[in-house]
Amino acid sequence: MAIDVQGIRRDFPILERRAGEKPLLYLDSAATSHKPAPVIEAVASFYRESNANVHRALYRLAAEATELYEAARGKVATLLGARSEEIVFVRGTTEALNLAAHTVGEARLGAGDTVVVTEMEHHANLVPWQQTARRHGARLEAVPVTDSGELGLSAYERLLSSGAKVVALAHASNLLGTINPIPELAQAAHRAGALLVVDAAQTVPHMPVSVRELGADMLAFSGHKMLGPTGIGVLWARGDLLEELPPFMTGGEMIGEVWLDKATWADPPRRFEAGTPPFAQAVGLGVAVDYLAELGLVDVRAHDVELVERVLEGLSRREHVTVYGPREPSARAGLVSFNVAGVHPHDVATLLDQEGIAIRAGHHCAQPLVRRLGVPATCRASFYVYNTTEEVDAFLWALDEAWRLLK
Amino acid sequence: MKGYGEVILEHWRRPRNRGRLRAPDREAVQANPLCGDVVRLQLFFEDGCVRDVRFDGEGCAISQAAASLLTEKVKGKATAQLAELGEREFLGELGEVTATRAGCALLALWALQRALKEGPR
Ligand SMILES: Cc1ncc(COP(=O)(O)O)c(C=O)c1O
Repeated sequence: MAIDVQGIRRDFPILERRAGEKPLLYLDSAATSHKPAPVIEAVASFYRESNANVHRALYRLAAEATELYEAARGKVATLLGARSEEIVFVRGTTEALNLAAHTVGEARLGAGDTVVVTEMEHHANLVPWQQTARRHGARLEAVPVTDSGELGLSAYERLLSSGAKVVALAHASNLLGTINPIPELAQAAHRAGALLVVDAAQTVPHMPVSVRELGADMLAFSGHKMLGPTGIGVLWARGDLLEELPPFMTGGEMIGEVWLDKATWADPPRRFEAGTPPFAQAVGLGVAVDYLAELGLVDVRAHDVELVERVLEGLSRREHVTVYGPREPSARAGLVSFNVAGVHPHDVATLLDQEGIAIRAGHHCAQPLVRRLGVPATCRASFYVYNTTEEVDAFLWALDEAWRLLK
Repeated sequence: MKGYGEVILEHWRRPRNRGRLRAPDREAVQANPLCGDVVRLQLFFEDGCVRDVRFDGEGCAISQAAASLLTEKVKGKATAQLAELGEREFLGELGEVTATRAGCALLALWALQRALKEGPR
């Protein structure tokens, strides 16, 4: 069933504000999503009514806070079809991937091993692996991106057979929108004896994601891109893998026993949650998960596809516009990157901003990919549950105006 | 949509002093790593004053228009006068730019300041 966009919009207080004299037309949800009132309220009421440090004290309030924190973990687990013990709360995708790269490096990487990434990675799923490979004397290899914006699968197979121990790649590219065929890629990685780490920052918020169906070993995403607060994110990993991995950060909460000269570690997930965790934010994320589950992620996905189809159709009719990534709406996440002939992306974004339209222009934290495309930067419009087909049309109209003024 | 002001559009469409000098006395390249804008500014002095100037580079309309405008402003000026050219005054002449784009608008001016600081080639 189609989601009720007008009803949804009433849940997002920020959509009532104006951008200058114009209503805010927000097309940058791939960077961060807005928050519905129930999420804002959940965080505020946690601070008002339930605030206490989790896992530490014996009094009732602390027990209640801990219960709420752990309930949020349970909701995330259910969302992913995973077990609670497999859910590690972190600050966001970036921290999750740094944790993955560091610990997998310690446990699995040695001199001469290969780490496989791709040319379409966000810097968050590239730089940590560069650092890990360097530390352990491993080689870093990147799967190339084809001209149609997909991964070169024959190159992938070839790189796997060169001693790959770990593959790190995006479920969907935040620039091209390409959704990568994770189940096949995972099978191939496992045949080669490699782990598969998935950056799902652009998919978990937008479509049903089951970690078991994907066949991944680790998966990362951020709360703030899925209607939740900033400062909370998730690393999921297979239970037996988490058992095997050493800690990332050390300190309070993550220990078993501590002596002056040594320490033992807690079991996962706490082994990976050093220090006071962002518990209020976790509670907010739990409510965001409830909100998305209520809408139904199948329908959330269908809405994205509808908007992307309309944008792709509109842009492809404009000869001065180049679109990057797959042509088929169902092959991409809810975002479209493009350029306007002879006009710098920042000029497009600034002129659209004059109409209250927020799009992103730049390298989208994927400099190697932008270089591969042979452009200095791109524009990107991205969509979520509160965006309407009328907004897509207003965006296309504004793009024509910008073209008229700058061509 | 009001678009950009006349000064920016004019200089962007018909850039002044675009190109390279054969033997510049001073030169600096200033880049904005966030957006990839680049401006190279070259100066040739005679009797202590800027006799000739060129810029080239790549980037948005604002950064390139600002570089073009700057080349017009520096011509004939002595080093001391160049050092007095302030950001506020320059932005005022360029016309309205939003705070998010000030870095683009000032790229060429920063190149000038670098060229002066780094001294003769
Ligand atoms: C594909 C992808 N990976 C990683 C990130 C980093 O996420 P965060 O900044 O929330 O850590 C983002 C978002 O910016 C992203 O789109």
